[in-house]
Amino acid sequence: MELRKSYFADQRKDDLHEIGQPRPRSDSPGHVTGKTTYFADRNFPGMLHLKMVRSPHHHARIRSIDTSEAEKHPGVVKVLTAKDVPHNVYTILILIQIGPEDETVLADGKVRWKGEAVVAVLAETERAAQEAAAKVKVDYEVLPAVFDMDEALKPGAPIVNEYHGRNYYLYDSGECRKVRFGDVEAGFAEADHVLEQAYQSSPIEHAPTETTGCIVAPEGNDRFTCYTNTQAMFFTLDNASIILQMPGNKLHFVGGTVGGGFGGKVDVIVEPIAILGAKLTGRPVCFIYSREEEMQISSPRAAETVVIKDGVMNDGRIVARKVTGHTDAGAYSRHSPYGAQKGAGHYPGPYTIPNVWIDTYCVYTNRTPSSAMRGFGVTIGDFALEVQMDKLARLIGMDPLEFRFLNAYRDGDMKAHRQPTEGAALIECMQEASRAANWPVAEQFMAISSYAKGA
Amino acid sequence: MAKVPVQFTLNGAEKAEFIDSGTTLLHALRDKIGDTSPKGGCHQGTCGACSVIIDGELRLSCLTLAEACNGATIITTSGLSERGVLHPLQRAFLDAFATQCGFCTPGMIMAAKVLLDHTPNPSREDVVEALSGNICRCTGYEPIIQAVLTAARSNSQNAA
Repeated sequence: MELRKSYFADQRKDDLHEIGQPRPRSDSPGHVTGKTTYFADRNFPGMLHLKMVRSPHHHARIRSIDTSEAEKHPGVVKVLTAKDVPHNVYTILILIQIGPEDETVLADGKVRWKGEAVVAVLAETERAAQEAAAKVKVDYEVLPAVFDMDEALKPGAPIVNEYHGRNYYLYDSGECRKVRFGDVEAGFAEADHVLEQAYQSSPIEHAPTETTGCIVAPEGNDRFTCYTNTQAMFFTLDNASIILQMPGNKLHFVGGTVGGGFGGKVDVIVEPIAILGAKLTGRPVCFIYSREEEMQISSPRAAETVVIKDGVMNDGRIVARKVTGHTDAGAYSRHSPYGAQKGAGHYPGPYTIPNVWIDTYCVYTNRTPSSAMRGFGVTIGDFALEVQMDKLARLIGMDPLEFRFLNAYRDGDMKAHRQPTEGAALIECMQEASRAANWPVAEQFMAISSYAKGA
Repeated sequence: MAKVPVQFTLNGAEKAEFIDSGTTLLHALRDKIGDTSPKGGCHQGTCGACSVIIDGELRLSCLTLAEACNGATIITTSGLSERGVLHPLQRAFLDAFATQCGFCTPGMIMAAKVLLDHTPNPSREDVVEALSGNICRCTGYEPIIQAVLTAARSNSQNAA
């Protein structure tokens, strides 16, 4: 597909040297020869293996933990519990002042999802660590759990996370993120048709081929080198520094080579506990998720529900849109308050609508904590919005692509969150898509542009 | 634990190690011998990242016991290039942008090599079938299929 000369003719330079030219990827020679060094391709003499004892319950109080048999298991070097972690209660977005701290590195008194880390076992071999982990005795008092966002928001529902005290994230704007633009009820009253539809999604696991993990080597001078496949190096370093109460200059992070991430490797989960293990034993430590852990323990994309109510005129103009979104954070915040907030900013999509009302909620349930994944906060929303656009077009008997041309935002249009549209290219993309897909639209739509309104 | 001796040829070189009985070939290659080109993605025979060639056949090294490889001839992706010259498959993967994160690449190349060794002029369906045990979660399958077909064509041109 070409970038037509007619597009943005006065805004573009065509004497570019790199753009439009194929260039060899600098990492490919390593990939095809098997020489690329992933974190697990390193081996250190005396390296210990870390295995996690995990909660078998979705929600339970921990009455007691007995590690005595595990500690006696041959090959075991160290067993870690909550009391060993200097700053055990944390939340990753505290780096940008989004609290409260609501998650434990190792469970302390309670578990809030099935699979939560409770005790870390460090041993000479993977097998010894696994066998010893099975000998840790945890006495649980099982509590009622909540798995559904509607259930979680009902009065009297079990509280998932006491650090929040309620089953939703409290923004500075209240129980949800809100966008208010124009008068949405007046828009519905004026509309020829009103269509309300509900959309929902399940959690989605990234399932990278390389599982999450790290290897930490003590450097013998109170400094630790952490070889990791995190997708967020400095974010992880800074959070590890808080959790371990260790200045950042004691931590050296080596990474950037990631065997598939897709957002699943931006939570700070394996590094702090592995660094702590290396510090307390003086030995290199490897903590790598099994495939089962990757599928069951690592954060998935959040389950979402999206309810969209639109008012549309017979001529194709959308005059009002009301969106209520719910994001299932699981038991802890991680990136979900931010994801739900992104959704609020993203609706009502790339369309200019004069009357908009948006509420997006971040809800806590006793499910695996969700977090980042490819466009999280907007991907499921886009699915819902574009299905809704097709339904609206069908409702008024209009071509779905022409319906989008008619409502597409263009430079100068005010968006619902009061940022003027700049640099829009939706119309040009749709013009090319129309040609490429051999889906012709009326000539008037092929003649307009994103930045010359009325042309 | 009593150690077991194993001896095999890896990429043309004789290798001998003492291992714990029950050690997988993947573990022996990566942690004992130091060839980290086979990758551990699932350790249960489902992802194909650990694929190697044993006596001409494609094998999952995570499901193969090292002690069962006594006397075998083993090839891994790290042994394909000769004196710095890339194997036609490696060249084709490079040129076709058939790598993204790269983690599945060594296993993909092994599967493709066994295919081309047995079927020098494969159809597209042959390629898809041959790579069906190898998962690319970046989902860049199409460039990978094209790379294998390109390598097959360049092989047959060289042979002609």
